[in-house]
Amino acid sequence: MGVRWTAEQVLALAPDDASRRAGSKLGTAGPWSGRGSGEGAVWGLCKGSGRVPYRTVVDTTGPAYLCECPSRKFPCKHALGLLLLQASDGTESEETAAPDWAGRWLAARRARAGSAARQTGGGDADGPADPEAARRRAERRAARITSGAEELEQRLADLLRGGLAAAEQRGYGLWEETAARMVDAQAPGLAGRVRELGAIPGSGPGWPVRLLEECALAHLLDRAWLTADRLPAPFATTVRTRVGLPAPVDGVPVRDHWLVLAQYDAADARLTTRRIWLHGAASGRTALLLSFGAAGRAPRLALPVGAVLDGELTPHAGSGQLRAEPGEQFVPVEGPAAAPPGGPVGAALDAYGRALREDPWLDSWPVTLSGVVPARAEYGWQLADADGREALPLTPAAQSRPGLWRLVALSGGAPVTVFGECGHRGFTPLAAWSPQTPGETVPLI
Amino acid sequence: METDTTIPTAGAPLTEDGVRDDHARGTEGGEDGVWEELVTSALLGTDRRVPARLAGLPGTDLPGALLDAAALHTVRRRAGLRPGPAAPPPEPAPEDHRLPLPGAARRRLDQLLAGRTAPSPAGRRGAAPDLTELLPQWLALANERGYQAPAAALPALLDAARARTDLRPQALRLAGPRGLWLARLKPEWRFALRGAGAGSSLPDPGDQDGVRALWDEGLFAERVALLGAVRTEDPAAGLTLLASTWSAERAEDRLMFLDSLRTGLSGTDEEFLEEALGDRSRNVRATAAELLSALPASALAGRMAGRAVTCVGLDRTAESPTITVEAPHECDSAMQRDGLAATPPAGRGERSWWLGQLVEAAPLSCWPPRFGGRAPEEIVALPVADDWQAELHAAWCRAAVRQRDAAWSRALLGSPATPPATGPGTSSLAERAQLLSTLPPEERACWVGSFIAAHGLSEAFQLLGVCEVPWAEPLGGAVIDALDIAREAGSYPWSFSGVMGLAERCLAPEAARQLESLTARPEEAEDISPGAGGYWSEAFQRLVSTLRLREAMRAELTAPAR
Repeated sequence: MGVRWTAEQVLALAPDDASRRAGSKLGTAGPWSGRGSGEGAVWGLCKGSGRVPYRTVVDTTGPAYLCECPSRKFPCKHALGLLLLQASDGTESEETAAPDWAGRWLAARRARAGSAARQTGGGDADGPADPEAARRRAERRAARITSGAEELEQRLADLLRGGLAAAEQRGYGLWEETAARMVDAQAPGLAGRVRELGAIPGSGPGWPVRLLEECALAHLLDRAWLTADRLPAPFATTVRTRVGLPAPVDGVPVRDHWLVLAQYDAADARLTTRRIWLHGAASGRTALLLSFGAAGRAPRLALPVGAVLDGELTPHAGSGQLRAEPGEQFVPVEGPAAAPPGGPVGAALDAYGRALREDPWLDSWPVTLSGVVPARAEYGWQLADADGREALPLTPAAQSRPGLWRLVALSGGAPVTVFGECGHRGFTPLAAWSPQTPGETVPLI
Repeated sequence: METDTTIPTAGAPLTEDGVRDDHARGTEGGEDGVWEELVTSALLGTDRRVPARLAGLPGTDLPGALLDAAALHTVRRRAGLRPGPAAPPPEPAPEDHRLPLPGAARRRLDQLLAGRTAPSPAGRRGAAPDLTELLPQWLALANERGYQAPAAALPALLDAARARTDLRPQALRLAGPRGLWLARLKPEWRFALRGAGAGSSLPDPGDQDGVRALWDEGLFAERVALLGAVRTEDPAAGLTLLASTWSAERAEDRLMFLDSLRTGLSGTDEEFLEEALGDRSRNVRATAAELLSALPASALAGRMAGRAVTCVGLDRTAESPTITVEAPHECDSAMQRDGLAATPPAGRGERSWWLGQLVEAAPLSCWPPRFGGRAPEEIVALPVADDWQAELHAAWCRAAVRQRDAAWSRALLGSPATPPATGPGTSSLAERAQLLSTLPPEERACWVGSFIAAHGLSEAFQLLGVCEVPWAEPLGGAVIDALDIAREAGSYPWSFSGVMGLAERCLAPEAARQLESLTARPEEAEDISPGAGGYWSEAFQRLVSTLRLREAMRAELTAPAR
């Protein structure tokens, strides 16, 4: 495989700023020895603080990383440094055979990938060992969730009877306790919703409206769960996913050249969630990959923004679902990385409105705006159509991110193409393209 | 449009529109009224307030019914959101006609800017290059090659310039017109609009009307930058510009403007400067005198020479010829008009203070005739009577620097092999560094190289700082040899961290080959400081990798743009 990643793409893989910096420092020949590359892998030995150098190997077709260092970051700075060094090698280096220690891991990894692919092709032959036991487990869990949903309904009713004003005085503890009950009921989706309810009373002016809206949507989800057996099948799947049951990954796999539009993490006290947006050039699909890490750890999956990867995505079941699972092989390809086709701001809100019909709990929807200019209104920044008539405000969070200024700088007052999430709070810009450099994806987060 | 920062006010950025085809408007009272009623009810509690449209339901069903209605309203509202009105767009950024950076160089810039904020790991520096130290070189080279900054990198570039004033001129130059455009939009970047940043909006020095207009109406900083630019291009035009408004300028402005004449100073400026000796402001007078004394052919220099030679002479009656000094007895008004300060700083005698200033301002060319046609080296070697030597040589040093006189500088520096404390001229390293800066670059490198070969690195730091980058041979080799000797002597590398840092930035990249052999970790010998070998090998590794990185940076910026 002749394609190497660019330094930007490598840096985009870094789980955080600290590893980006640490990786950059290792992206020079100094500490490395025994470097080589071949067959889609890169390896080398990096001198660290210890006596024995760390052995690091990266399978760029995954991407997957193996390093002997004790870092809990993923990929670690050694893997990043190795890739950066490869990116900066001016000329195509000779392909070499992997040393034993790297070859063993690569071979094992690829054998696994191969067998996984065969299994997917072979249908459900490898299902749960005991379907009857699995069914009983699923029923028990559904029953627990049902009792959780009923309990949440009761709490919401109590809340409304006594008034939201009273809830403000009782504070966060009430919600924390309810969220813990939802965790016990094995309904993480409900628990997350309840925790967010708890944060609203402290969120500034207008909180009663926001709290009522979110309470109403939690209520809607409760009601939908309790009557799920009477809902149309795709919508029932959406409800189950929203409640927190894993969605079956049973869509038809889509092979395409996927442009990595954005990658960003959101962390709470328990979990780091990484969201990666992809767009397929041929299929025109936008897909969301989710990857999770325990608190303080970077999720395993990392893809470089702006890269085009050839691979297969399998969509999750459910109506209007964007989420997909990547296949084992994701190979970078050369070629234009053009922005997805976009439209004016009005069309973006239309798309969000349409998506709500399938999933009323959606906070936002991925859209591409084309020919928009960042402009400053009284309330803050917005993205305005080039004809100067209509505009979408940026979300309050996006107003204070450094990426906003990259967007403004890229535009220079002229129209640009912007990908982002459009929702009821406004627009969150995630990537942008300028007409001068249409093949270059500028990450905004 | 130059929007000032606006205070965000509560506004409705998105409009709600119930009258869309697919969302029928509520029948009674309008949607907004119904929603407000629901919110009030929810806030107070259904026990206290029952929404009108739910009246008649039993109390136990009320919360559920209210939430049903609220859910319907919420989803309908979200589905029906419409864009808000567009604000006036910012004025487009001016075009930048410079070349776009080659791809590899652009990625390097991102890397350098990302490394900028990296905290140095506590204690040891490790074997990796220090990226922050390479940013100034990279910026200077990119500017030299006429590249523009990639738009997306501008925020990081402005942030870097904000944090480090030493980066500002080069960073802002690279940021160019779009950088200034962007800086107007964010208060943190306002610094870019002052002083150094004004450079890129100056009219072309050849554009007479533009120059005139800005000179007459511009802000002080713009005018200083303008004068500097015109003066660099055409010294006479700069002088004419300044003279045209001279008498109307404020005293502190006159001082700054006068200072601009340092660039391209020549005999044609003399008349103007001579007049400035009569200026109302003492600082202006002193600066005019200083500039005149840097012109050895000026009338002021002649007057100074006349005074100086009466104070310093040769006593031929002594066993060997000796310089005698008779310091001035007064500082009369004519001397003061020529820029001599009458009052010495605390702790200095009046007469030696006056002598120092006289000799410093007198043209060095007046001394060989005074000392029987001796060359500067011979004059410097003459003994000086009555402990005046230090005073006299120090004044000659200042004069050599002011008049950029290489022959006298060479004489005052003496042989680099002479121990610093016993040489002629001065033992101060700062003054030596200044003297060196008047020599041609190759000679400078040779002198410092020989100095290091003779005395090692411990006193070389300041001297190295005035040498041209990259260090020419034999200087580079001398530094490497001296580092190697220091290592073998069992010192720790951090005793030389200053020189090491300089070497990383200044050694020619080709020196990496010579250094390669030093990066090996040596066998630990008995008589060497514990662990020193490992630290040295690490320090040399860092040196080598930094040199390689600089070579790569240079190559990337030389590559043709895509």
